Amino acid sequence: MMQRSRLFQRRSTPVLLMLGAGMALLLAEIACSGLCFADRLHARQRTAQLVAQLGLSDIALFTEARYTRHPSQADLFTPFQDAPGSLEHFPSGSLLTPPPHIVPTTGRARQSPPSPSSNQPDNRE
Amino acid sequence: MSGWKQWLARQRYLLDFTVAAMWRRRWRNLLLLLVYALVVFLLASVLFYGSALRRDAAAVLSEAPEVTVQRIVLGRHALSPPDWPDRLRGIRGTRQVQGRLWGYYYDRANGANYTIMVPSHFSPEHSLKPGEAIVGAAVKRLRDERGLGWLHLLSPADNRLLRLKIVRTLPAESELVSADLILVSEKDFRRFFHLKPEDGFTDITLRVRNRNEIDTVAAKISTLLPQARVITRRDILRTYENLFSWREGVVLAMLAAALAAFAIFAFDKASGLSAEERREIGVLKALGWDTRDVMAMKLWEGMLVSLLAFLFGVVAAWLHIYMFDAGVLVPVLKGWSVLYPQVALTPHVDALQLAALAFMTIVPFTAATLVPVWKAAITDPDVVMR
Amino acid sequence: MIELRDVARIYNQGQPNEVAAVRGVSLKLPAGRACVIKGPSGSGKTTLLMLIACMARPTSGRVLLDGEVVSALPEHFMARERRHTFGFIFQRFNLIRGLSVMENIMLPAYPDGMPFGTLRNRARELLQRLQLTHRAQAPVEELSGGEAQRVAIARALINDPPWIIADEPTANLDSQLVLRLLEELAALKADGKSLIITSHDPRVFEADLVDMVVEMEDGRVVSVSER
Repeated sequence: MMQRSRLFQRRSTPVLLMLGAGMALLLAEIACSGLCFADRLHARQRTAQLVAQLGLSDIALFTEARYTRHPSQADLFTPFQDAPGSLEHFPSGSLLTPPPHIVPTTGRARQSPPSPSSNQPDNRE
Repeated sequence: MSGWKQWLARQRYLLDFTVAAMWRRRWRNLLLLLVYALVVFLLASVLFYGSALRRDAAAVLSEAPEVTVQRIVLGRHALSPPDWPDRLRGIRGTRQVQGRLWGYYYDRANGANYTIMVPSHFSPEHSLKPGEAIVGAAVKRLRDERGLGWLHLLSPADNRLLRLKIVRTLPAESELVSADLILVSEKDFRRFFHLKPEDGFTDITLRVRNRNEIDTVAAKISTLLPQARVITRRDILRTYENLFSWREGVVLAMLAAALAAFAIFAFDKASGLSAEERREIGVLKALGWDTRDVMAMKLWEGMLVSLLAFLFGVVAAWLHIYMFDAGVLVPVLKGWSVLYPQVALTPHVDALQLAALAFMTIVPFTAATLVPVWKAAITDPDVVMR
Repeated sequence: MIELRDVARIYNQGQPNEVAAVRGVSLKLPAGRACVIKGPSGSGKTTLLMLIACMARPTSGRVLLDGEVVSALPEHFMARERRHTFGFIFQRFNLIRGLSVMENIMLPAYPDGMPFGTLRNRARELLQRLQLTHRAQAPVEELSGGEAQRVAIARALINDPPWIIADEPTANLDSQLVLRLLEELAALKADGKSLIITSHDPRVFEADLVDMVVEMEDGRVVSVSER
C-alpha cells in the first residue's frame, strides 16, 4: 500500500509551506532592508562628504556622453552634438529626461515661486 | 464549530482540490509560474533599482554645491571669466566661492570617458602636486586590467603625453559619484587642456550661509551676471527625481507590453475551459458544491500561481538588486559606457510600491482565471454535464 | 417522501434545438423504498433523476421533499440539499481524475468544512466497508471497473444522505459486477436508505430489492407498478 508521509497527506500542505516560505523570505528581506545594511548607510554618508569636499553635482552612472554624465550641468543643446540636424543617439540618452531646470515646460510647471535658476538657455543670449 | 474555523477548513479543502487538479498539468502550470515569476522579477528589479538609486542619489547629492554658476554663450556652456569669483564674493551671504576646473577626456586607447577635475581648495586632503593624480575606483580597475600604476594621458590640445602617478584611489564605496574621476593639480590641468589663467574656469560654485537665502542669492547673481545660468542644489536634486522616474517609465513601458502579452496568454489559457473542466465543474456541483465553492476553488488556482510568482519574483528581485548589485540590469543601463560604477545600493522597501506591485500581478491574473469559470459555475449541473 | 407535481424540463427553451426532456410528470416516491425508473434511452429518465436530486430546476411544476418545495430554493440551499439529502452514483461514475480514491470519496464533504480528522475517519470507515482500504491512496485512473464502482458508492455515502440516487449504474458492467452492485444496493436499503435508480437493464428492475417501477416514454410516465 502506498502510504504518503503525514506531512504530505494533504495536497495543500507543501503549497502552503511554499507560500509561507515565500512570505517569510519577503518579510526577512523587508526587515533586513532596515537592519542589515548599516555599513551601506555609513558609506552613503561618507560619499555625501566626498560630494561636499569635491563639489560634485552628478552621479557617475552614465559616462558615455557629457549630458548623461552631468545631466544637471548640461544645456539643452549638448545631446544634439551641436549640429542642428543631429539626433541624440546615446543609449542612456533614451533613458534620461532633460532636467526640469533646463526644459521650459516641465521646469516652469514644477517651480513655485519662480526662481531665476529656471532660466532657460535660449533667453539667456 | 465556530464559523471562521469552518470557513478556514473549507478553504483548505478547496485548496487541496485545486492543488490536485493543477498537478494533473504540472509542467504546464510550473512553466506558467516560472514565466510569471520572471516577469514579476524584472518588474520588481526595475522598481527597486529605480527607487533605491533615487534615494541614494538624493542622499549623496544633498551635499552638492548650493549654487553653481555657468556662463552661457550661444545657448551653450562656456568658460567663466577669471574675474567672476571675485564679483560673486561681493554678494552678501555667499561663502566658499571658487572657480572650478573640470572637463571631459576621451581616452582613445580604451574608449573610456573620464571626468578630469581639479580638487577644491577647501578640501586639503585632496590637494595634489603636479605629476600626481587621485583616481576613481572604476578608473583604477581599468588601469589594473592593463597593469599600469601610472596614467598616461595624451593631451587633446597638443598631443603631448601627460604622465601622472596615481597616489590614491577614491574609496570604492563612493563609486556612484566618483567612478570616472581623475583628480589632478591645477597646473597639470591647465597645461593638459591648454587653458591659460586668463581663460577663467569651467564654472563657479559657492555656498550660501543661510539656506533660505539660496533663491535670493541666485536672483542677485542673475542680475549681476546676465550671461550666467544659475543651478541651485534643488535643481540638481530635482534632476535626479525626474531622471529616474522617466527611466523607469521606459522600462515599465517595455514590461507593460510583456505583461500585456502575458495577460493574453493567461486569459487564453483560462478562457479555453476544456470540455473536461466543464464536466468536472458539473460533477462537483452535482456532488453538492455550490457556485461559491467552485468559484473559491478556482480563485485559489489563480491566487496560487500569481501569489507564488509575486513572492518568488519579489524575493529574487530584492536579492538581485541589493545582493548581486543589479547584475541583470547593468548591461541595459551601461549603454556604450566603458567605465561603469559598481554600486552597492542601500536597500529600502517601499510598502506602497510593494502593494502596487502585488495588486498589479495578483488581481488581473486571478480575474483572468476566474471569469471563464463563472458561466460554468452558475449553470445547473445537469446542463453542464449533458 | 419526494413528490413531483406536474413537472416539466425543457432544454434550450425558445431555440431551434428545443427539447422537452420531461413533460407533465406527477409522481410520489415514498422514503425507505427502492424505486427504479425504466425506459428506453432518451425517454427522460436521467432528467427526471436530476429534477428529483435538486440538480436541475423544473421549467414548470414543483418538486417537494417531505412536503417542502425545494425546486424554488436559492442555489446555495439547493446545493446543500444535494449534499446532505442525496448521494449520487453516476453513470460511468464520474470520478475526478488526478485525485486519489480517498480524496474522491471526501469530495462531497468539502463544502461543509468539517475537521480533517473527522472526515478522514469517516472516509476510512467507508473504504473498509467497501473493501477499498488497500487502494486508499491510489489514483482513480488506476482502478478496475469494480473498484471504481465501489469508490462511486463510497463517495455517495460520505455525507450519510437518506436518499441514494443511481443513474444507469450497470451500464458498462459485466454480470459479475452487476450482481455485486445489486448486493451493495440491497445492503444500503437494509440500512434504511431510500433508493432511486434509473435503468433499462432487466437485471436491475427485476431484482428482488426493487419495490416500485416507474416506466417512462417520451418524457412522460406511462406506468407505475408497485410490488
